[in-house]
Amino acid sequence: MRDRILAYGLPIFVAVAVVGFWEWAVGAFEVSPFVLPTPSAIATAVVTEWSSLAASAWVTIRITIVAFVLALVFGVAWAVIFAQSRTIERALFPYAVTLQVTPVVAIAPLILIWVGLDNAERAVLILATIVAFFPILANTTLGLRSADRGLHELFDLYGASRLQRLTRLQFPAALPYILAGMKISGGLALIGTVVAEFAAGSGTSTGLAWVIYESGFNLRIAKAFAALALLSAIGIAIYAALSLLERQLLKRWHESATSVE
Amino acid sequence: MLLTFDHVTKRFPSGVEALKDANFAVADGEFVSLVGPSGCGKSTALRLIAGLTAPNTGAVKWAGTPPTLGFVFQDAALMPWATVEKNVRLPLELQRMEEAKIRDRVGEALNLVGLEAFARSYPRELSGGMRMRASIARALAADPKVLLMDEPFAALDELTRERLNDELRALWAGKNLTIVFVTHSIYESVYLSSRILVMSPRPGRVVADIAMDDPRARDPEFRATQIYGERCREVRAALKMREDT
Ligand SMILES: Nc1ncnc2c1ncn2[C@@H]1O[C@H](COP(=O)(O)OP(=O)(O)O)[C@@H](O)[C@H]1O
Ligand SMILES: [Mg+2]
Repeated sequence: MRDRILAYGLPIFVAVAVVGFWEWAVGAFEVSPFVLPTPSAIATAVVTEWSSLAASAWVTIRITIVAFVLALVFGVAWAVIFAQSRTIERALFPYAVTLQVTPVVAIAPLILIWVGLDNAERAVLILATIVAFFPILANTTLGLRSADRGLHELFDLYGASRLQRLTRLQFPAALPYILAGMKISGGLALIGTVVAEFAAGSGTSTGLAWVIYESGFNLRIAKAFAALALLSAIGIAIYAALSLLERQLLKRWHESATSVE
Repeated sequence: MLLTFDHVTKRFPSGVEALKDANFAVADGEFVSLVGPSGCGKSTALRLIAGLTAPNTGAVKWAGTPPTLGFVFQDAALMPWATVEKNVRLPLELQRMEEAKIRDRVGEALNLVGLEAFARSYPRELSGGMRMRASIARALAADPKVLLMDEPFAALDELTRERLNDELRALWAGKNLTIVFVTHSIYESVYLSSRILVMSPRPGRVVADIAMDDPRARDPEFRATQIYGERCREVRAALKMREDT
């Protein structure tokens, strides 16, 4: 109980202290609102600009979620192919790494040309998926291989088919790894969406990244900060949702899920 | 003889020779212990019997068609994500047995090891001894004729181990079951077996074949008898183990 109060209380105390200091310091040192608006001004901007912010936030959320789901599907599918043979894994893994280490900003213009300049949202989606999928692939590949050797031999002994082994042994064994990968990928999908939107440029996409860019350009700094705050809130919500999912799925059988308390 | 190891040699691709010219036979209904120092190829011998791996030279032969096997792995090897019941069901489901029959068999197996009340528990909620019982129930569910056990009680505390020893002996006495039991405990082998095969250090082969009196007549008092002490000395001598006396 005491631990709980500390776990939630301390971060909240820090937040209140920082926001309070910020509010005071902007007034006391007469910082220009074009450089750093006060927290109250940002909060006001969230309220007054809500309709335009919410519309943009929805675009960002939608792309992030779809990119995340695509990353999950492709990452797991690719890992399952890897799990079928070491040779395939050796042949393809370098390309997965290449895709991962290539900066998304550098391939954005190419993707944009390939899908057509009037399909900016699709380009952003593809880029965000590329950014998000690697942790899923790497973790699932590792997880599918993590099942106990004795259990593998048990499956051998009773003549299990490849599909039985995959669905009843390798997948369950990989689940904790997949969920850990999902927590990383959820954040990356959001980051990928934002970066890709900046990189894709043009006025066609209308997510929060574009709001920040545009508001900065128009010197509406409070609105830019409001959009930034929304992005953080979305990121935190994604992480919290995936942590909750992880705890629910693993709570009875996996060590990690009980050590959280 | 039900099972014969005929000049079996097993070499791994790494070059390690686990077994070299191993010869022994197991008769129907025996409780045979394989005793030997760690790394001498005991697990490999069990995996050869189960057909999980093949010998390089020599042959592992069954009299007639190979019987149904049960395998109890080191460290229980239960699926942590499944309840005890689901773990015990696994072999039957993999063999696509019909549901009604599965339920009967699983109930019976859990009953035999005294785990009915824990059918819905997860392995991590159980003690080490209960986990091993679940593992034995899983091996018994497929109604094997031959039960292969790889150091099943090595990780348990002394008291739990002795209790499970008694349960296992009772189980074997009550069924027409052949057991090949791997252990590195001299005491355990003497207490349980109808015959003890002592193996040499790697590359393993059988260096002594010690016949015992009928284990059915034993009870925990057996550990206090003179004959028990003599048998232990005999096995130890065969192992050429020196005690720090
Ligand atoms: N799959 C394997 N590949 C290579 N070496 C192995 C393999 N399995 C076992 N060995 C080696 O064979 C020897 C015998 O192993 P094992 O049968 O497990 O011994 P024991 O069960 O008696 O301790 C050991 O040296 C071990 O390292
Ligand atoms: Mg072993």
